[in-house]
Amino acid sequence: MQVRYSLALAALFGAPAFAAGLTVNIEVPRLSVSEYHRPYVAAWIERPDQSVAGTLAVWYDVKNKGGNAEGEGTKWLKDMRQWWRRTGRELEMPVDGVSSATRPAGKHQIAVSEGSVALPKLPPGAYKLYVEAAREVGGREIVSIPFQWPPAKADQSKVAGSSELGEVTLELKP
Amino acid sequence: MKPFLRTLALGLALCAGAAAVQAHNAWLMPSSTVLSKADWVTVDAAVSNDLFFFNHNPLNLDSLAVTAPDGSTVKPENMFKGKLRSVFDLNLTQPGTYRVALVNDGIFARWKEKATGQTKRARGTAESLAAQIPADALEVEITQSAGRNETFITVGKPSTLRATGKGLELVTANPTDLVKGEKTSFTLQLDGQPAKELEVTVTLGNTRYRDKLDELKLKTDAKGQFSVTWPEAGMYWLDVNTTDQKTSVPKAKERRLSYAATLEVMP
Repeated sequence: MQVRYSLALAALFGAPAFAAGLTVNIEVPRLSVSEYHRPYVAAWIERPDQSVAGTLAVWYDVKNKGGNAEGEGTKWLKDMRQWWRRTGRELEMPVDGVSSATRPAGKHQIAVSEGSVALPKLPPGAYKLYVEAAREVGGREIVSIPFQWPPAKADQSKVAGSSELGEVTLELKP
Repeated sequence: MKPFLRTLALGLALCAGAAAVQAHNAWLMPSSTVLSKADWVTVDAAVSNDLFFFNHNPLNLDSLAVTAPDGSTVKPENMFKGKLRSVFDLNLTQPGTYRVALVNDGIFARWKEKATGQTKRARGTAESLAAQIPADALEVEITQSAGRNETFITVGKPSTLRATGKGLELVTANPTDLVKGEKTSFTLQLDGQPAKELEVTVTLGNTRYRDKLDELKLKTDAKGQFSVTWPEAGMYWLDVNTTDQKTSVPKAKERRLSYAATLEVMP
């Protein structure tokens, strides 16, 4: 009875429980600098032709002090240069389910399932995850992790940033 | 060259489309070429040997025209002409690509006065020169000039620039989307047609801090096309000069054409 009930539910909601997904862990490094501002970070997925399949997350100053509905930080979104050029400038900020406030030093997780705003359905193929960080009065760094979609099995790969990013990992869930 | 003559020569070169004196570069230097929200931009404009240091003369802004993405005109604010540079501010409120241009279209005349034998020079329009040049003037030489000196600024998503179809101009998909190591294709047009086999010089700024100019010398092909693979990030000055006989003034012997653009390349 229990099994039949959950199957019926799954059928009703388009089987969200079976959607493949990915989790990105981003470490914002602790930096010993006199003037520290949290970095702006963008994470997105590119196809082999460098077109963007989806922006998973954008962390920037989303505060709305002066009646600026886009957020105070839109002025500096361009400093995440590659993301800005590949897709950022095409987006209307803020993007629900994608943009959010900057994060303090530490490890942060972005979990998305296929078919969401952040991660539309991906045709099978080779992709690259990009994570770019830009910090006010600081530097900029971009790292990438190639992956195949859909994943045959649960998998994890990682890359380490050297200045503005710590460890970045990509977990794939079939 | 005596200072006076030098200034004179420079002035003439500027109004004649900078074809005569290659030594000085006229340039526009915007504070930003890529913006992620509507914002102010300030632009320096100067004439100097070193790119991009304002250490010689201010650039005349009389022919400044700033075009918004929708084709409307943006009014420059806080125009200032100093001893070494000119400055203006732009309030860029719409998304898209803006064209900031100095467009010179003029006539330059040189003649000898019959009575004194002195050489006289004047510039202006066909009408004003007709009034200025005496009927008995000797060795009258009239030259037409068409020059464009410009730079581009994009707010948010780039928009397509419309070619003017007049004089020399650069046509490219997006002049504010240049990145180190990438190849950018340009088309050079002359009155809306491909400008064939012209030499284009592309020079990276900060020339004061290196011993060689290391400018890239390129040539347009039969379709007016050329491409640049950007060796470094930075501000670049692109420069083309030529002459032709397509004058619109009856007495003019030749038309001097010039084009210059300041382009930013991101790392």
